[in-house]
Amino acid sequence: MMEPLLTISDLSVTFATERGRVQALDGVSLELAAGETLAIVGESGSGKSVTALSILGLLGDAGQVKGGSIEFQGEDLTRVSAARLREIRGNQIAFIFQEPMSSLNPVLTIGTQVAEPIWLHHKKSWPEAFAEAGELLAKVAIPDAAQRLEDYPHQFSGGMRQRVMIAMALACQPKLIIADEPTTALDVTVQAQILSLLKNLTKELGSSLILITHDLGVVARYADKVAVMYGGRVVETASALDLYKNPRHPYTKGLMDSIPKLDGDPGSRLHTIEGQPPDLSDLPSGCAFHPRCPYAHEACTASKPPLTAIATNHQRACFGYE
Amino acid sequence: MSEITAQTTNATSLLAFHRKMLRTKPLGGVGGFIFALFLFCGAFADFLAPYGMNDTDMLRVLEAPSLAHWMGTDHIGRDVFSRILYGAQQSVIIGFLAAGLATVISIVLGVLTGYFGGKADMLIQRFVDAWMTFPDLVLLIVVVSIVGPGVNQIVVILGCLYGIAGSRIIRGSTIAVRENMYTHAAQSMGANTLHILWFHVLPNVMPVVIVLFTTRVGAVILAEAGLSFLGLGIPPPVPTWGSMLSGGGRTYMYVGPWLALAPGLALTVVVYAINVYGDALRDMLDPRMRGR
Repeated sequence: MMEPLLTISDLSVTFATERGRVQALDGVSLELAAGETLAIVGESGSGKSVTALSILGLLGDAGQVKGGSIEFQGEDLTRVSAARLREIRGNQIAFIFQEPMSSLNPVLTIGTQVAEPIWLHHKKSWPEAFAEAGELLAKVAIPDAAQRLEDYPHQFSGGMRQRVMIAMALACQPKLIIADEPTTALDVTVQAQILSLLKNLTKELGSSLILITHDLGVVARYADKVAVMYGGRVVETASALDLYKNPRHPYTKGLMDSIPKLDGDPGSRLHTIEGQPPDLSDLPSGCAFHPRCPYAHEACTASKPPLTAIATNHQRACFGYE
Repeated sequence: MSEITAQTTNATSLLAFHRKMLRTKPLGGVGGFIFALFLFCGAFADFLAPYGMNDTDMLRVLEAPSLAHWMGTDHIGRDVFSRILYGAQQSVIIGFLAAGLATVISIVLGVLTGYFGGKADMLIQRFVDAWMTFPDLVLLIVVVSIVGPGVNQIVVILGCLYGIAGSRIIRGSTIAVRENMYTHAAQSMGANTLHILWFHVLPNVMPVVIVLFTTRVGAVILAEAGLSFLGLGIPPPVPTWGSMLSGGGRTYMYVGPWLALAPGLALTVVVYAINVYGDALRDMLDPRMRGR
């Protein structure tokens, strides 16, 4: 087992809303080794994006870390100064947002925007940074990269813009890249290209990757490790292969069963998980999943099940149903 | 070398922009042309004016427009056309300085309060609210009567007056830009606040700034004329359109109507032209209005 690059332990985050404080994350623990790809899956509101944003301290004015720690290379990111955090952002940890259409500044050229992190962090002269931007664009397979440096974002398609975002993320050779649903806004045909590109380039750099998604197909293909989130908690974590072959949490099982099978009975209804995703401001008592869980028993309503190991590298938060 | 080509491309794109304006917004295009003509006259008044601003010719008093005097002469035999040109010069100087100062004040106040929000925003914007409840002219008259007339005083007063009120507009568009994904992306990249304000916020509120500046030039010219008309503007003998209206214009209106008509028309046409030009600029620069 390698030294972990990032260790999130017992992280709790709340958000101030009009209806009072909402618990967005409740005791989230994750571990990521150097060079590993971790996928965080879950439905909207499960806390996957909040986890990602809190790593970089980008929760905004409303969000607040209430407890726990985020250790990155021996530093607790929840406690470092704002200036230190700015040194880490973009340089050690890079972030790719889900909307390539609005994540680029419309009035600056592509070259300027790709060169910006290099100029900010590596203290290189502007011509040097700009030249490097050209190389980066070539690396993310943008045709005629050198000619396109002077173009503006509106002259690029969605897929090409996401390539530019990847180039920006790779600019300072970060140790960790966080991609928050990087392909949600793209055409299906472009999605696979972008993800393969992202995966290959991070491997080349030896960086770790956190891939936030709700697409289980993406998880199977690109991730080494998976964390499944529900209601602000991690409910199951395992290696990608293990999770597919042997899901051990009822929620994960439900998700797996909901994937349409090629050998399924034609005309049969797709499997669904009954009920609604929980409202974070009004979570059910005990295990947040119990109202929807077919195996729920009394213990599930009384207290929250802790995340416990059930096999090597396989943990789940469930009182058991087998 | 590359700088030179960059500048020529800027100049040609500026020309192309106005050619497009003339095609899609003809009224605004014509307004822009008149505005440019006004700037030209103001800048080169010293060379264009056929007579000096205070050259008197007592033999040709209150003469109607002729080939020698295109807009006639006033009650002490000064050439009205020359005085209109020198008046344009004063208007250009005051218009640009005061509107420039107003724009700078608006940007600083608007961008800072809009970007940071919170208590400072609350306090400053309530002050702006209070400021805007005062009628412009009353405030102007009070302050000028305290500090006395003069170009510097007028520039500072008009600059503050319009700058503080205009900060509200810049603040609004700053808030819109702040909520955009690219400012968050810049933050995630490790840029500090000053960098984000300068490279990501300011360029994106620039269209609003340009429109605000243009319309402010018109407003300032009109306000200065009002002050000069009341005798609180630029002291004589320097001609301004406002003082020409109140001086010779009002007194000799029935004997020499050109004395009132010339500055009055100049003022009307220029301010109207600036306003339609500003309107067209807004329509073309505002992404929401584009394509209409």
